[in-house]
Amino acid sequence: MMEWTNAIVQGILLGGLYALFAAGLSLIFGVMRLVNIAHGDLIVLAAYFGLTTTVLLGVHPFVALLFVVPVMAGLGYVLQRGLLNKTLGDDILPPLLVTFGLSVIIQNALLEGYTADPQKLNGGAIETASLQVGGLALGVLPLLTFGIAVAVIALLQWVFYATSLGRGFRAVSDNQDIAQIMGFNKSHIFGLAMALALAVTAIAGILLGMRTSFDPSVGGGRLIFGFEAVIIGGLGNLWGTLAGGVILGVAQTIGAKIDPGWQLLAGHIAFLVVLAVRPNGLFPRIDH
Amino acid sequence: MSDPLLSLAGLDAHYGDFQALYGVDMDVHAGEVVAIIGANGAGKTTLMRSITGLVANQSEQIQFHGQPIGGLRADQVAYLGLAMVPEGRQLFPSLSVEENLLVGGTVGRAGPWTLAKIYSMFPILEERRKQKSTSLSGGQQQMVAIGRALLSNPDLILFDEISLGLAPVIIGDIYKALPGIISEGMTAMLVEQDISRALRVSSRFYCMQEGRVSLEGRTEDVSRDEITAAYFGVSE
Repeated sequence: MMEWTNAIVQGILLGGLYALFAAGLSLIFGVMRLVNIAHGDLIVLAAYFGLTTTVLLGVHPFVALLFVVPVMAGLGYVLQRGLLNKTLGDDILPPLLVTFGLSVIIQNALLEGYTADPQKLNGGAIETASLQVGGLALGVLPLLTFGIAVAVIALLQWVFYATSLGRGFRAVSDNQDIAQIMGFNKSHIFGLAMALALAVTAIAGILLGMRTSFDPSVGGGRLIFGFEAVIIGGLGNLWGTLAGGVILGVAQTIGAKIDPGWQLLAGHIAFLVVLAVRPNGLFPRIDH
Repeated sequence: MSDPLLSLAGLDAHYGDFQALYGVDMDVHAGEVVAIIGANGAGKTTLMRSITGLVANQSEQIQFHGQPIGGLRADQVAYLGLAMVPEGRQLFPSLSVEENLLVGGTVGRAGPWTLAKIYSMFPILEERRKQKSTSLSGGQQQMVAIGRALLSNPDLILFDEISLGLAPVIIGDIYKALPGIISEGMTAMLVEQDISRALRVSSRFYCMQEGRVSLEGRTEDVSRDEITAAYFGVSE
């Protein structure tokens, strides 16, 4: 019994990481209806930026966030204004193709720059530290990851629903023409949305890199987990995305408990079941 | 007469291969209420989209405050003091009533209109300020759309088909509020299919037909027959 409880708790904590993978995707889709195929690779790119920062400066990965978050946010703004805005329109195919191309470019650039060797961010003592809670051993890093996920989603929620920038995001998402007449430059708003999304991606990448080893090819898998968390939780609902991440994480750890080979499959099955039963996700946004 | 606030000179507008406006000339002076009338497809909505910057035009064809704005984006035009109450209201469905109004204040121009003043003009909106804009009746939504445009404190406000789809009694209420709005030193262009209503509140009019101005003049000078001819394109 204790083992199952343990699997569920570990799954919940893992879900925090998946929610961080998903939050950026969800935000971008919500504001500009852009499906970013390169999202997973951008997470991995952030992990490599973290690696370079920790190696060059000899700092802890958490300190590297101070550098990686602004760099990824800046990259997001430039990427959006310089490239992705030109792909947005009535046709949904161009952004898919362009971000797919971007995914290939990022993977190959990372391969060129860092080789295919697996890398890891060295988090030091917290990687192995754990807390004993009622007979369960909870890793400090997974706990921290989950806490950061909750904090990031609460922050995004606040930005979206309590600031004038968030009002701009939602107005542009609702009706681009009218928002533009009201004085919002949609290219700039989209740039800020991508900057925010990639700032979250930077956090996700650093936490991923401390948790497991990574190489240039693992982006695709992170993209799938992010997508699944978004769809399970319901499009456009940030807290739903956290719930989606948790459900995916729990399904994976329970699957792994039954048979270690079933970890990924169990996650995908949970996703398919939700998609079949509730195509709009468990907590779709209800304001339309 | 002083220089016009808004001046259109030979304005052409295209949607792809389709030309919607042909050499439209118009002047709107500060403090005027100008009616734009015309049947469906006469080019009224394209005219509004051109002036607000949603349709790109040649820069010098539209002048606002003596400055060419035809090539500017809609958000840049908004900062110069031009606002629109769009056809069909087009509120932001995921924003509350108050948020919709606040979006109108994005450009942050100084002027007489504040949230409190909008609420005193339309008290029902204050009662419902936390509700989703989609939960309001059509007339209340129109009040939000008007309040949203006013909160930018524009010099020129465009009303696009504000009576469309509303009950006659509501239309009456909204038209009753118009003189109060305009007396705050604002200039207005009023696009309407309801000719008599538009002419009653305006001092001058332009009648459009198939993308061209077919008749213009002072509302007090014009006869019903002349307008009918210009509106439907019936030859005299």
